[in-house]
Amino acid sequence: MFKNFMSWIEYRMPFMEKMNLHVMQYPAPKNFNFWYFFGSLAMLVLVNQILTGIWLTMNFVPSAEGAFASVEYIMRDVEYGWLLRYMHSTGASAFFVVVYLHMLRGMMYGSYQKPRELLWIFGMLIFLVLMAEAFMGYLLPWGQMSFWGAQVIISIFGVIPVIGDDLTLWIRGDYVISGATLNRFFALHVIALPLVLVVLVFLHIIALHEVGSNNPDGIDVKRENNGEKIENNVSDKFTFHQYFTKGGKKIIVDAIPFHPYYTVKDIVGVVGFLFIFCFVIFFAPEGGGYFLEPPNFEPANPMKTPDHIAPVWYFTPFYAILRAVPDQLFGAIFMFLAILFLALLPWLDRCPVRSVRYRSTLHKANLVNFCISFVALGVLGVLPATPFYTLLAQIFSFTYFAYFGLLWFYSKNEKTKPLPVRLS
Amino acid sequence: MIKTLFTVLALVVSSAAIAAGSTVPLDKAPIDLTDKESLQRGARIFQNYCLGCHQMEYQRYSRTFRDLGIPDDIGMETLGFTANKVGDHIKNAAPKADLANWFGAAPPDLSNVARVRGPDWLYTYMRSFYVDPSRPFGVNNEVFPMVGMPHVLQELQGIPYKATETRLVDGVPTEVNVGIKTDGSGELSTEEYDSTVADLVNYLEYVGEPSKLESRSLGVKVLIFLGIFFIFAFLLKKEYWRDVH
Repeated sequence: MFKNFMSWIEYRMPFMEKMNLHVMQYPAPKNFNFWYFFGSLAMLVLVNQILTGIWLTMNFVPSAEGAFASVEYIMRDVEYGWLLRYMHSTGASAFFVVVYLHMLRGMMYGSYQKPRELLWIFGMLIFLVLMAEAFMGYLLPWGQMSFWGAQVIISIFGVIPVIGDDLTLWIRGDYVISGATLNRFFALHVIALPLVLVVLVFLHIIALHEVGSNNPDGIDVKRENNGEKIENNVSDKFTFHQYFTKGGKKIIVDAIPFHPYYTVKDIVGVVGFLFIFCFVIFFAPEGGGYFLEPPNFEPANPMKTPDHIAPVWYFTPFYAILRAVPDQLFGAIFMFLAILFLALLPWLDRCPVRSVRYRSTLHKANLVNFCISFVALGVLGVLPATPFYTLLAQIFSFTYFAYFGLLWFYSKNEKTKPLPVRLS
Repeated sequence: MIKTLFTVLALVVSSAAIAAGSTVPLDKAPIDLTDKESLQRGARIFQNYCLGCHQMEYQRYSRTFRDLGIPDDIGMETLGFTANKVGDHIKNAAPKADLANWFGAAPPDLSNVARVRGPDWLYTYMRSFYVDPSRPFGVNNEVFPMVGMPHVLQELQGIPYKATETRLVDGVPTEVNVGIKTDGSGELSTEEYDSTVADLVNYLEYVGEPSKLESRSLGVKVLIFLGIFFIFAFLLKKEYWRDVH
């Protein structure tokens, strides 16, 4: 009966064919480690954001008069409204945690290198849209930090010569941030950007499945089949989709089907992630004042500036770079370059070896430099801009950009270790 | 390098104080959200002393009654001064524009005040009024200098003043601030007053996030479930991966 039904479907739409291609007979390297959890976790958080977002929308009132009160209504009067709201607000921060770790994984194992440049570019576009999505979402509760944070970020566009003022006017839809801004941000936040995000995630995965996953050793699992027998190849036990073997022209080495092996493994990662995620939701939903900032429990008041305006933590590394540069226009340019250089990594890194495991000590040190700079900038972006902190932000901005400059310089003739023949 | 990092990290923690805009060291508020009697006393203080000017416009009487274990009819009789129905929000009838004129700024809504200021700030603030004849209502506040609010709980605390003592500082007799004392004209002793303020702050903390206790008890169950689920998920993974290893 079920079989008949499935073949009825299959005759009209290649459902099982595509499931085999992308899930059951998709070859994934057998040596994925901890760092490979964050891709599936990012998908989980995306689903969480969309589902909780739909339910929040049912009670949210997108107007300057009604927004704050409707959020309080959700928190106090809607059954489990507080849970939906905290899942959504904590989810926003969790999204950036997993995406930053996912990006770091790509940098560690050279996953952006040929042939995965387009995959990386789609990832960077997802990151950009995610930042816009988070920024617009943060305005919606219409609290003090929503209002003033948006004020600061929109004013960044005002430094662009000639068109700056008109551009900020166009973004706000008003001369100041107002109900008009709130309404358009709501529209973009709940419809436009999520659609773009889902399409980009789809393209990201299609691009991934075309070139195949990289792995901690950074060597290929699909090789030319020259008839040679490969010893102890776990892949011999499994059937892979002929799309990947190209009718026997390619041989798959040390890879296993995505399902069931990585589905059951990702469940472990999901439960581990949910443990931390739920701990924050139920016991520390404000995230120590970093996920939900205390002034945001006060309604937006254009006449009263908060003592200290800090963007939410996930923007602060870039915000610190913006503030570190004395000139506003150049600050905005450097902030933009900080993201652009990440997108250009596939071309800045000229080393033929992908994984940090087999690269030079210099590269390892440089990657540590990048991590320290990024975290330090994130911390400095939260703090008020005193002369000492500004100096520190300048130093760490320099070391942040130095990562890319140095990488381009040494990667061409880097002293690398010999690559293993098989996955470890 | 590492030292600088630690310095920076240490300063992040202190940035919360900068954000609150307060320079006075805050006393730890002795509050307990599970203490329903304390919450009920706090609600009574709020209704009697605060509601004249401040509102809790997002909190309903019915919610307070339910969470504090007060039957609706008793609640309406003893606390529901401004309510027509038990489902009404905790609002007053004071004219907003007049209030702003009288006090220099409209009294803020207190539904979320504990989340904006934090309980320790509130606890210290309510115990930091002192006599200052230069102010319109004759009192100033150490935690919130030049505040527009009069000392509403004066009949309970008595008249508070900044006490000084002459002490030797580096060999020179100097007037030293030794905190705030009262003239004893209040209905309550210092300890009783502190505990009354704690009850009020406890109630404000509750109103800031009425779902907090529910959240914690649900959270424990969720984490226990996830802990058990993790064991099974891990064993399932291990079983499947025997083919690979």
